Amino acid sequence: MLQTAKKTIQIEIKRQDPEINNGESYNQIYDVEVEDWFTVLDALIKIREEIDGTLSLRCACRASICGSCAMRVNGQAKLVCKTKLSVVEKNNKILVEPVGNMPVISDLVADFKPFWDKFNAVEPYLKPEGEVPEGEYLAPNDDMVHLVGVMNCIMCGACVSDCTVLEVKDNFLGPAALAKSYRFIADPRDGSQFERLQNLEKDGGIWDCTRCMQCVEVCPKDVDPMERIMSLRSKSIENKIDKNYGARHAKSFTDLIKNNGILNEVLLILRTKGLFNIIELAKLLPIAISAQLAGKRPPFFSHSSKNKNQIKKIFKKLEDK
Amino acid sequence: MYEHDILIVGAGLAGLRAALESIEAGKNTAILSKVHPVRSHSCAAQGGINAALTDRGDNWEDHALSTIKGSDYLADQEAVEIMCREAGENLIDLEHMGVIFSRDEEGRLGTRRFGGQSVARTFFVGAITGSAMLHVLYEQTVKQNAQVYEEWFVTKLIIEDGECRGVIAMDINSGKLEIIKAKSVILATGGIGRIFEPSTNALICTGDGLALAYDVGASLMDMEMIQYHPTGLAGNGILLSEGARGEGAYLLNSNGERFMEDYAPEYLELASRDVVSRAEQTEINEGRGIDGCVLLDCRHLGKSKIEEKLGYLQEVAIEFRGIDLAEQPIPVKPTMHYIMGGIKTDFMGQTDIPGLFAAGECANVSVHGANRLGANSLLDTIVFGRRSARGAIEYSSQINSISKSKEELNNETKRIQNIINRTNGERSATLRNEMGEAMTSGIGVFRDTKSIKIAKQKVLNLIDRYENTSIDNKGKIFNTDLIFNLELKYMLDVALTICIGAENRKESRGAHYRTDITERDDKNWLKHTHVAKTDGEVQFYTSDVNITKWKPEIRKY
Repeated sequence: MLQTAKKTIQIEIKRQDPEINNGESYNQIYDVEVEDWFTVLDALIKIREEIDGTLSLRCACRASICGSCAMRVNGQAKLVCKTKLSVVEKNNKILVEPVGNMPVISDLVADFKPFWDKFNAVEPYLKPEGEVPEGEYLAPNDDMVHLVGVMNCIMCGACVSDCTVLEVKDNFLGPAALAKSYRFIADPRDGSQFERLQNLEKDGGIWDCTRCMQCVEVCPKDVDPMERIMSLRSKSIENKIDKNYGARHAKSFTDLIKNNGILNEVLLILRTKGLFNIIELAKLLPIAISAQLAGKRPPFFSHSSKNKNQIKKIFKKLEDK
Repeated sequence: MYEHDILIVGAGLAGLRAALESIEAGKNTAILSKVHPVRSHSCAAQGGINAALTDRGDNWEDHALSTIKGSDYLADQEAVEIMCREAGENLIDLEHMGVIFSRDEEGRLGTRRFGGQSVARTFFVGAITGSAMLHVLYEQTVKQNAQVYEEWFVTKLIIEDGECRGVIAMDINSGKLEIIKAKSVILATGGIGRIFEPSTNALICTGDGLALAYDVGASLMDMEMIQYHPTGLAGNGILLSEGARGEGAYLLNSNGERFMEDYAPEYLELASRDVVSRAEQTEINEGRGIDGCVLLDCRHLGKSKIEEKLGYLQEVAIEFRGIDLAEQPIPVKPTMHYIMGGIKTDFMGQTDIPGLFAAGECANVSVHGANRLGANSLLDTIVFGRRSARGAIEYSSQINSISKSKEELNNETKRIQNIINRTNGERSATLRNEMGEAMTSGIGVFRDTKSIKIAKQKVLNLIDRYENTSIDNKGKIFNTDLIFNLELKYMLDVALTICIGAENRKESRGAHYRTDITERDDKNWLKHTHVAKTDGEVQFYTSDVNITKWKPEIRKY
């Protein structure tokens, strides 16, 4: 074994068991003697094996490849097998909780049913078109290497745990399922890109992401789910799947900046929702009124940036690329 | 009441491949696994899958010869022929299902060279081949709407009139035991790594299937054949793929020498695993190691190659040891990795018990013999996973009804409740750690009569002590404390069979290297060892190795 120094860490664990305390959660603190190379998982296993066998958690490979052990450490989702204690402890303390946005079965074990239901909803399997070749499908290596980046996803649920949209919107497919969908849409062998993109246009699809970056931040495998969602948006617009509010918002935003060098929020809303879409516009009235009261009234009339020609040049450069 | 034509226990590559075959045949199929399928340990296979594709000038006979030579001539040659012949079509099937194998410049499947192979015939997905395959097979089961008993744990096989008719299993989420009836059962439960400490294996690799089959009288074959992987990470034994050496990495001793030049002048670092592990251990034992390790040196491969082809290795090296492979060699040592032995089966996965089939690491159709070549295990899971389903399909078609006995469920519920009720005993983990240390020192890279005897006595002692273990968790919901206790018994039973195999094989062959009998003995020991229980008594016997056209030769790399 490695030569190490030992010290004691206080590990506070959010616990919950339907059979205890009426299923109410409670926090329990364990003093654990650890070595300096310990991961959070090493410490949790030590608790379970030497101190308190009632602690439930999932873990298997210990090597960041099976995806069993995503949990929140100090409030942020982590794969605990690859999280060094020394990196996350503050004043010799850490707090471990189950992943968020999923129900808890027991202690650190979450019910992944909602996670897998969404995975299933994106038809997560290759749908090749045309005749099946006798040998392999031919495909450029660069495309395959690019896909390995997404196949690195081990379905640990860290991104879903900390997704800020899922906190308020249950039907959002979420970063993991959308990254999975991207994996097929970007696969040159798949034949149903268009249908897949059409399905993602709906409520709960790609346009619900608020680009908060949490999924990118917490992903332990550098899958960059948000970047994949942004790529899906670009592909949707390229495929003219753009009759939804999300795509119209993105297009209007771009057009306004391109033409005026500055954003006009009122026009943005009108163009996104449609000038005669009275019902949708009426829904926004309360927001408009509270913004007004807070003194955050955007100017009603179109105005432009002084440097709008320069901005136009930037757009031209990008478009010529 | 749960009832199926075919019940598959285990949802790694062998189990999922079997399930797809069975579903396609229209059989009422269910998969049962103690973890979600994608958590299965197949996900940790890194380097690749072997196949000799004829349309690019390779031939299966050459692959078969490499495999047989790698096995130190203990593999059954007809089984090897089947595996190598069927490799190509199975590989292409996987590609069609969606596996994103690396390509060459023309967009065709690309290869890397692996240990013990005469040419490059290993197909791969970066350093995550197992994970990439497992996820794709899981996707296919989603497509087929397969029924999965997810997080269920088998405690017993049901045997009626000598034939297997299902299992008794616990739904881990509720703690409830149920009978799941089936016309045939396929065990695909994977390896046994946790019997040893350290091991490259996941914490879930506890030999469940082997113990279940052994318990009902099936023979476990060549159990002494334990593979030590040459490049386990020092400390907790996390695997660094043979893919590193496949891409050209060196092994160095404390003098900075490529010591494999002395042990395998032709194949060097890509000699078969038993040879490389013995070489490493010899360097370490003779004082040319560094803190009980040798060094794996990838620096000359360059950062971009490391990141494209060995990305996951780089992640492991950086995250777990703070070592950038492009800048520093990493310490590695022989680490318990795989068991070549397992539940004896025929080419269709049929075990000694009618209705009970097995495939993958838990099985032994004998394609790996005394030493498995890298990237042959993924191939084994796919070819024989599929074949075991074909065997089970045919068998279950002849079975009309399943009987309705409930008595066994009551007995089993009582047995488990007794374990829960025990108090003030030893902890499961205490026994497991003692077992792990005893097995690693007794049944190591090098072993002898005395070391094997000490390990066996320790295991027998632990089997006695097991009866007095107790658990903290008396609850029903997700009681992992209970599961670990049940797994411990499985491991102890299997550990004993490993010791019995090892003490009886009085020669050195492949991974079984005895310092007191260093020669291979084809005259007396070109034989499989078997351990099986008859009427509760442990029996040892041997059987002949199947030789077709490759006569045993002296093995040189």
